[in-house]
Amino acid sequence: MTPPRVHVDRDRCIGAGMCAMTAPEVFDQDPGDGLVLLLDADPPPAHRAAVRMTAGVCPSGAITLHDPGPGTP
Amino acid sequence: MTASESVHTVTAMPTARRPGCPFDPPAELVEARRHGPLSRFVHPGGKPGWLITGYDLVRSVLADPRFSSRKELLNVGDFEVPPAPPGEFLLMDEPQHSRYRKPLVGRFTVRRMRLLTERVEQITADCLDAMEKAGPPVDLVTAFAKPIPTIVICEILGVPYEDRASFQEQIDTFMGGETTDEELVAAYTATQEYLAGLVAAKRAHPTDDILSELTDSDLTDEELRGISLILLAAGFDTTANMLSLGTFALLRHPDQFAALRDDPSLTEGAVEELLRYLSVAKTFMRTALEDVELDGRTVEAGTTVVLSYHTANHDPERFADPHVLDVRRPYGGHLAFSHGVHQCLGQQLARVEMRVAFRALLDRFPTLRLAVPADEVALRPETADIYGVKSLPVTWDRTAS
Ligand code: HEM
Repeated sequence: MTPPRVHVDRDRCIGAGMCAMTAPEVFDQDPGDGLVLLLDADPPPAHRAAVRMTAGVCPSGAITLHDPGPGTP
Repeated sequence: MTASESVHTVTAMPTARRPGCPFDPPAELVEARRHGPLSRFVHPGGKPGWLITGYDLVRSVLADPRFSSRKELLNVGDFEVPPAPPGEFLLMDEPQHSRYRKPLVGRFTVRRMRLLTERVEQITADCLDAMEKAGPPVDLVTAFAKPIPTIVICEILGVPYEDRASFQEQIDTFMGGETTDEELVAAYTATQEYLAGLVAAKRAHPTDDILSELTDSDLTDEELRGISLILLAAGFDTTANMLSLGTFALLRHPDQFAALRDDPSLTEGAVEELLRYLSVAKTFMRTALEDVELDGRTVEAGTTVVLSYHTANHDPERFADPHVLDVRRPYGGHLAFSHGVHQCLGQQLARVEMRVAFRALLDRFPTLRLAVPADEVALRPETADIYGVKSLPVTWDRTAS
């Protein structure tokens, strides 16, 4: 089963830092403009729960997950 | 019964909390939430509006661009509200809001704020040293809760040390909720004049701080003054009240105090729980730009809605046993820093300050307790924008050494 792919939209990002705080293995903030940087679009299973949480708490809807199909953990 | 009859109505913002429950939302708001996430509401100026108390609905309104933060659109009474002055982007929409927020974001990242940890630890240790010399007892508000965020934000912004005391006094006047209009205007004018001088000084002689960096951009002096004002006003009072009210809450829940004191690994989670539980920034407003359907009702274009972040953070459908302070509660996406494009710019700074300050306070004074009966602790009135204690007399056992 293919894992969900993570997508970030820097145009929507407001640089609150929720992602870099919640899943620092997967997201960071650009040291210049503070906006989201995606470190890993296909995070390993260990980080998936944090990534889902991050997509849920992102204040500006800049992080989306694309589930390739049902049954992914 | 028709739909319009069944909707719950709150006719005025409650002015007090239930005696003995200084941390819970006022009973009227908890009651409103029980009836549903959306209530009819009458603004203090007499205009009809809506009050939102449900977590999901507050969150979705905050994420919805059909709701505006613009100050001049506030429709709460029969009077014109002027637009926010240049730079005060809390009360603006896109694209003006981004013009001001964008250049700041890179300076408040998780990483940059964590780099301040050591400095915050040092400032905190200085406050604790002074407390130890002065007491017990001491007033935790003046000895600890106010100076830490004041010094931190002034250093970041570049307010010279000698100006801080007068500054803090003016901000206290804005935020205390108990001043006359004249006092408010006087404090505002004095602050504006001070900031105008500060901006001019930074332009002439840049130093190593945010305000100096910002002078190297296309922002005007007036805009820089507005930005500075909002950073200072948002940066002191919120964090100071989280520290003092948070300490009060911990002291009122000795098991939680002991759990946090004895296990430093609980610190980050405890800070999030205190943010949720206390929600010191209690309510904000938004105005509908067009007709919007919410929970089966139509919020008409031009209507102002009040969002109770505090009640939303105590929504039993989102948080189990919401009125219980539980420092081990898993993080649940609270709204204490809001949601949507206005979510707090300084939240990562505030987190560093609170983590450092609570940890150091409990490490230094493991026997900390109230020096007066709990019901004598003076609380801010419910009408204050930011909730908190006015003073918090505390005491502790001196270590035999
Ligand atoms: C625990 C402390 C704090 C709390 C509870 C808090 C709370 C909030 C809330 C609820 C909002 C959004 C209001 C809305 O929805 O319209 C906000 C915005 C803001 N806060 Fe904080 N804040 C805190 C600390 C700070 C600090 C330390 C700073 C200093 C840099 C700061 C700067 C700002 C600014 C500039 C905004 C406006 C953001 C925008 O409109 O885009 N805050 N804060």
